[in-house]
Amino acid sequence: MTLRGAIFYFLAIVILTATGLAITRRQPIHAVLYLIVAFLGTAALFFLLGAPLLAAFVIILYAGAIMVLVLFVIMMFQRSPRELGLAPQWGHATLLGIVFLAVAVAMVFKDPGSGIVLQGAVAQPKDFGRFLFERYWLAVEIVSILLLVALVAIIQVARGRGTSGDEAERQTKEGHP
Amino acid sequence: MIVPFGHVFLLAGLIFSMGLVCLVAHRNLIMILVGVEVMMNAAAIAFVAAALRWHLMEGQVFVLFILAVAAAEVSVGLAIVVSVYRRTGTIDPDRYDILKW
Repeated sequence: MTLRGAIFYFLAIVILTATGLAITRRQPIHAVLYLIVAFLGTAALFFLLGAPLLAAFVIILYAGAIMVLVLFVIMMFQRSPRELGLAPQWGHATLLGIVFLAVAVAMVFKDPGSGIVLQGAVAQPKDFGRFLFERYWLAVEIVSILLLVALVAIIQVARGRGTSGDEAERQTKEGHP
Repeated sequence: MIVPFGHVFLLAGLIFSMGLVCLVAHRNLIMILVGVEVMMNAAAIAFVAAALRWHLMEGQVFVLFILAVAAAEVSVGLAIVVSVYRRTGTIDPDRYDILKW
């Protein structure tokens, strides 16, 4: 086993442990903190697999922006949703996950190409950016429109049903006497 | 030189099934969103591994779009969660039953 292979298995163990801890927590805030560890491991894995720009993006966007957003929303709730346990169908859910995993393992090992050993290659950020904006500039524009639509939708949802914020404000007061 | 291609896909499949279990088994809207995030993370790992296997940069481009879609999805989802919490006072989806009667 080469050094990079050893690093891969170490990162895989870190990611799997952090994700497994995250999905079994009852408190969402603990789950989010474990998930940050999992995303940092994912960023290191991307770096190992030759995508340094994506590693930086995962740290900035996922571990930085998205998880901080989730943490702020959790802190906005007045009562901690501590009493929420697992849904009654968690046994079926676990069974579903195991069946899915078995099918995935069978497919991976049936594929004759799965034994191919990955050769190291690095997509330099400069080449990656040039490739992105030469071949896929239209998709980048579409994604920017998607983000704009998401922004408008968030503002509209946060304002409540009416055109002014008064109704949402009133409902907030009614919701928490 | 690094690892066999199948091992990276196995890792992605394991993470995806964990996210699937989290999505279905939890009773908390925020944990459901966390499950979706975990599943998108698994998809991104699979795309990067495929990009390295065929030495094509398209896989990494798709991971960039997955990141953007995940950002949009989680922000809209959290806005809806906050709005629904204001209206009903709970984030348990089993108790959203005001349309039943």
